[in-house]
Amino acid sequence: MSTGTTKLDVVVSDVVPVNELVTRFHFRRRDGDLLPTFSGGAHVVVEMRDGDRTRLNPYSLMGSPLDTREYTISVRRDDVGRGGSLFMHRSVKPGLEMVISYPVNLFSLDLRAKKHLMLAGGIGITPFMAQTAQLAGEGGNFELHYTCRTASLGTYADVLRERYDRRIRLYHDDREERIDLDRLLSTQPLGTHLYVCGPAGMINWVRDRAASLGWPSEAVHFEHFAAPQPGLPFDVTLAVTGKTIRVDEQQSLLEAIEAAGVDPPYLCRGGVCGQCETNVISYDGKFIHNDHWLSEEDHRSGCKIMPCVSRFEGRSLVLER
Amino acid sequence: MGITFRKETFRDDFTFKNSPEHIRRFPFPFHEDSYMYAVNIEPHVVGPKGSVLENLIDVDEHYVAEMQDRALVLAEDPLRCQSLPHMTLAGWDLLELLMEQQALGYPEHFTLTRDGDRWRWINRPLGIDDTFTFGDTSTLPYGPMEYITRQSQGDFCILDQRDGNLWMDAGMVTTQADWSLDFDIGMNFFEWHAPVPLAHEKGIFTRALKFLTNIQQGKPARRLNWTMTINPRLDTSPENYHKWGPDRTTVTPENVGDKVHLRVELQSFWRLPRSNGIVFPIRCYLIKMDELVTQPKWARRLHRVIRDLPDELANYKGLTRYRPTLVEWLSKLDDGSATSPGFGPD
Ligand code: FES
Repeated sequence: MSTGTTKLDVVVSDVVPVNELVTRFHFRRRDGDLLPTFSGGAHVVVEMRDGDRTRLNPYSLMGSPLDTREYTISVRRDDVGRGGSLFMHRSVKPGLEMVISYPVNLFSLDLRAKKHLMLAGGIGITPFMAQTAQLAGEGGNFELHYTCRTASLGTYADVLRERYDRRIRLYHDDREERIDLDRLLSTQPLGTHLYVCGPAGMINWVRDRAASLGWPSEAVHFEHFAAPQPGLPFDVTLAVTGKTIRVDEQQSLLEAIEAAGVDPPYLCRGGVCGQCETNVISYDGKFIHNDHWLSEEDHRSGCKIMPCVSRFEGRSLVLER
Repeated sequence: MGITFRKETFRDDFTFKNSPEHIRRFPFPFHEDSYMYAVNIEPHVVGPKGSVLENLIDVDEHYVAEMQDRALVLAEDPLRCQSLPHMTLAGWDLLELLMEQQALGYPEHFTLTRDGDRWRWINRPLGIDDTFTFGDTSTLPYGPMEYITRQSQGDFCILDQRDGNLWMDAGMVTTQADWSLDFDIGMNFFEWHAPVPLAHEKGIFTRALKFLTNIQQGKPARRLNWTMTINPRLDTSPENYHKWGPDRTTVTPENVGDKVHLRVELQSFWRLPRSNGIVFPIRCYLIKMDELVTQPKWARRLHRVIRDLPDELANYKGLTRYRPTLVEWLSKLDDGSATSPGFGPD
């Protein structure tokens, strides 16, 4: 409890199907008070009690930061993932009492920007829902380019078009519409900041193009929607407590450590914040580093691992804590 | 009930004093008989009743006098308060935080009422009763940060977080120990810490930055820092060095107890919700040696700490010149017996 985030007791106030893959969840505080203020781009970690297993998944807040009577998140169903999104879709109903974390923002707006250029792919639209609401309230200058597979999977595209009209550009894969990225990036006014959220491929593409067109890295912001990947089960020993635990296929290393009664630090649970970094004491096998925090050198050295997303295959692994 | 606010000065005739209750609540910073840098950061949670941690934002008997001193400093030098244009939202965040905390801790002195965006703020000690629109700067006599920090004890640095670093992009700094907002504004965490000796090699700043950038909403943190000041001056800024620097040459065995002050900063760190910035209140507490040594444990321990301080640190803290006089004076109060663990007086 002490090392994670501060918690909020909430009740699910509404569950709204958005399209064939995405469902929206509304939370209110159980005591009826306002929820904490947040800033566009923030996420909360939702605790899911799924039988005897607790899953903790981060989801971006997508409501307006100007209205904290409720929080809303949107969850895309992932039929081959580890089961968190399926649990949300199948088992979370209005009236259910849940625990979520205080908001944490690892994808915040740079308020110095003269203009905010936003690129969203698929469910990566959610943090921009809050950011555009925040900027619109302050008269901020933004433009959002949103790519989705088909019009019917363009989650909230209609809402955004209605709210912001020409500031929203839509691209549909099935119509072979593609962002003219080089042109877009080379015609922005000085002082523009670029934000991208979506699949890893899209993020890498945008970051690469921006870098080669001379964008300073401080003006390029991105958020991965990286959930921990399933993989082969493995055993790990925690040196401090002497515990040996099993990480099963659908579990992350961090979740297994938590299930063993240890209370490790975390913020993002997505391999970007650095908070869960752990020292490797010894190993015989190979790491599957899925994080974006450690350097390549750290990855090669075999001295560190980010338990929220990374896995291991091999005979033995001993971690510090 | 309520606090009895003292009439006193931090300049010219120096009438600043602590009442006996305030001496006992002084945040003495040494938990053992020696001192070395450490990242001594801990969660900023409410502490014992009667201590400076009873409320997360402390208001004490010096409140009114400190606010008057701040107004004098600002009248002479408006650059002590600066906010880069992108920090206005963070200023509103800070206004909300300080109004909420002061009203919560001291309802007899401060009242905040909100009706949507229409807020009413009553500050009885300073005779203020203002109604304004939250978020609309034109409804306040100053920008939001300046407005509320003219009514809150301590200095305030507001840090913008970007590129994995923290940037000193706004602040109200009038009670500082020899550093300058005007010099540091716009600098990042490593730039403004550049002058501190011994700490870089230990990787302390890298770890501290990592901790700070991970500060979360709803979970503030704090640490204590200390130095010494001759005469109870709140404003020991580089800009005014010509006023306070020469004071150091005036310490004699006769006046140590009255002139030499331990200066403790309670620094806290808060994530701001709308701007995602971090605010870093630096609350300064002063106590003169005569007051401090009324607690025998503190007298003994301070003697050992100052006597054994490494020279570079003594130098950095500006104690070198009067250290022998101070140590000699304190040594008479140190009978050599053991000090009990912890910060508090016996
Ligand atoms: S929790 Fe953020 S990197 Fe692991």
